[in-house]
Amino acid sequence: MAKPLLEIGATIDGFRIEERVHEGGMASLWRVTRPDLGEPMLMKVPKIAEGGDPAAIVSFEMEQMILPRLAGIHVPKTVAVGDFAVQPYIVMEQLPGRSLYHRLGELPLPYDEVAATGTKIAAALDDLHRQHVIHLDVKPSNIMFRPTGEAVLLDYGLSHHEQLPDLMKEEYRVPFGTAPYMSPEQLLGIRTDRRSDLFALGVLLYFFSTNLRPFGESESMSGMRRRLWRDPPPPRQLRPDYPAWLQEIVLRCLEIEPAWRYPTAAQLAFELSHPDQVKLTKRSERQKRDPLSIVLRRRFNKEIARSITEPAAIAPIAAAPIVAVAIDVTDGSLQLNDALRTTAGRILATLPSARLACLNVLKVGRVTLDSTLDEEGHNKQIERLVALRHWAEPLGLEQHRLTVHVLEGTEPANAILEFARANRIDHILIGARQDSLLRNLLGSVSAKVAAEAPCTVTVVRSARFGDTATPPA
Amino acid sequence: MLIALFADIHANRQAFAACLAHARELPAQRIVLLGDYVGYGADPEWTVLTVMDLIDRGALAVRGNHDTAVGDPRETLNVEAQVVMEWTRGELGIAEGRFLSELPLTLIDADRLYVHADATEPGRWRYIKDADDAGRSMNATSARITLCGHLHRPGLYTIGSGGGVTAFRPIAGTPIPLLAGRRWLAVLGSVGQPRDGNPAAAYAVLDTERHELTFCRVPYDFDEAGRRIRAKGLPAWLADRLARGK
Repeated sequence: MAKPLLEIGATIDGFRIEERVHEGGMASLWRVTRPDLGEPMLMKVPKIAEGGDPAAIVSFEMEQMILPRLAGIHVPKTVAVGDFAVQPYIVMEQLPGRSLYHRLGELPLPYDEVAATGTKIAAALDDLHRQHVIHLDVKPSNIMFRPTGEAVLLDYGLSHHEQLPDLMKEEYRVPFGTAPYMSPEQLLGIRTDRRSDLFALGVLLYFFSTNLRPFGESESMSGMRRRLWRDPPPPRQLRPDYPAWLQEIVLRCLEIEPAWRYPTAAQLAFELSHPDQVKLTKRSERQKRDPLSIVLRRRFNKEIARSITEPAAIAPIAAAPIVAVAIDVTDGSLQLNDALRTTAGRILATLPSARLACLNVLKVGRVTLDSTLDEEGHNKQIERLVALRHWAEPLGLEQHRLTVHVLEGTEPANAILEFARANRIDHILIGARQDSLLRNLLGSVSAKVAAEAPCTVTVVRSARFGDTATPPA
Repeated sequence: MLIALFADIHANRQAFAACLAHARELPAQRIVLLGDYVGYGADPEWTVLTVMDLIDRGALAVRGNHDTAVGDPRETLNVEAQVVMEWTRGELGIAEGRFLSELPLTLIDADRLYVHADATEPGRWRYIKDADDAGRSMNATSARITLCGHLHRPGLYTIGSGGGVTAFRPIAGTPIPLLAGRRWLAVLGSVGQPRDGNPAAAYAVLDTERHELTFCRVPYDFDEAGRRIRAKGLPAWLADRLARGK
């Protein structure tokens, strides 16, 4: 069978080749059209010429397996996949705009913009991880944004799918990735840890906020391996005004031990979007790199080297949920708030990586507040934050597992739902008020939350005292 | 076309019936049987009659080592299997015994090879336990896809253009694309005596249009299968292992 030629004007399986938009080391990208499909499309074709990189084929095969199985707003939609027997290709949605790579000239970006961009990328990674895929090549040129703002992750040629054969791992025993962004464990050949993507995102956040790559650009094996023991200069050393919370987050992403990073991308997104609630540790205060004595000890500490080469059991994403509990601190009954605490305590005790966000809704009027009311509102905010912390106190949670939030809204249910959607909450705990006149008048908040939430909702009731058993009908 | 593939039924009526019902729901258009219809379980006659009936209606079947042992006392089996085999011989009629001994060792169907164990020398019944075993078997055939059983633990292997073998432990219910540019070997789990720690019956479905293979697990009444093994006076250990899937 003659191979169809890849040239402008040629047609492959109904797709007309219009122009070449990119020529990479492993594949080329062409803009294509098809009369029955109106959307802008790209055709990705691997380089499998004689003497070409054999990894190009395997990497393309991986992408052929993974991309059509992904869904949602954070991945380019697959239109068609061409067989290797004739002409291997993938046709996918062409996104408008350019990748994050084109912003390198603007670095360093303002801190809040770095955090906002990081939140979007972490949300995309969370979505990908929940679809059983670890990207393993997170870098600016593989990230784009939809006009609606969501991050889209491109290029799955080096990715690992937890439910499909990993052709890259078995065929090639050398690490694959992009040198400045590759995690220590990836350098050691481990491809099954989703926290490798959080490390790469940490490199990106560091780079975008300082205009320096934390581990340089060396592509030699020895140069790359240095990150197994050498910590990067703390951002505050480079920029004295660097916010402590951002340094805390970035350095936690860059921890050598995957287990010391965030357990999930969703938890990283949560931290990035709540700077005021980030628990500051020694990391946030660091002014310079670890002294040589520590670095040398780390380098020659065989125990550390071994623990990182043996892939430890990685807890599933479901074991590190973000749980939100809605507390009525003003007129909620004592029994009900106790019952909510008991339920929250049970979940947090069984899942050590879970974290708890305590919510309270401050009802505001529909009209704009004037400045005197604003002052009063601010006081109320603080009052309620204190009350939430007081409610959570008996749980005895470590500080990094607990956050408190006073939401403002005209409708409590809507405020809770909006918080859950924006923060990728996994589980909402909410109390049901009983025999309340207000409830009869205004409808039930818990019923609305349970009906419309994007996640699991547990409606908690306090025990009824003095109840008699319902007589048989 | 959806092809349902069954290996190592081992006279477990409850497990086989549950898998057939599961495949019928899909619905699978063709049935392929990869050997070891008897041995270990308490219903050899029903199983062999069912296999004969399926073949009459278009199913394809190859012979396993236990099927060979029914008519050939030289075929060596482990001690428990030997005890059950002696009993099995007395349960099967002459026609059923002849049917088993006349089954082929291998079958070619389009780009697929059906065989009970390693395809290098099908009558030697070598297990395919790792990438080396799988590479040897794949290199002994020109078929693009080899489907076999014998090990009682599911596994999937593939060779690409580079020649390296990728091993993979399949996850039940997830379709795996059998990419056209590669060669594949699937070791099916066992219908009637799973040994991978999961007591549910195992079989697989191949979608020849989408080029996808799905390993399936089907819960069945292993208590009843175990009761029948005990009731026939067969080694109780064979009944116990069904509940553990070991």
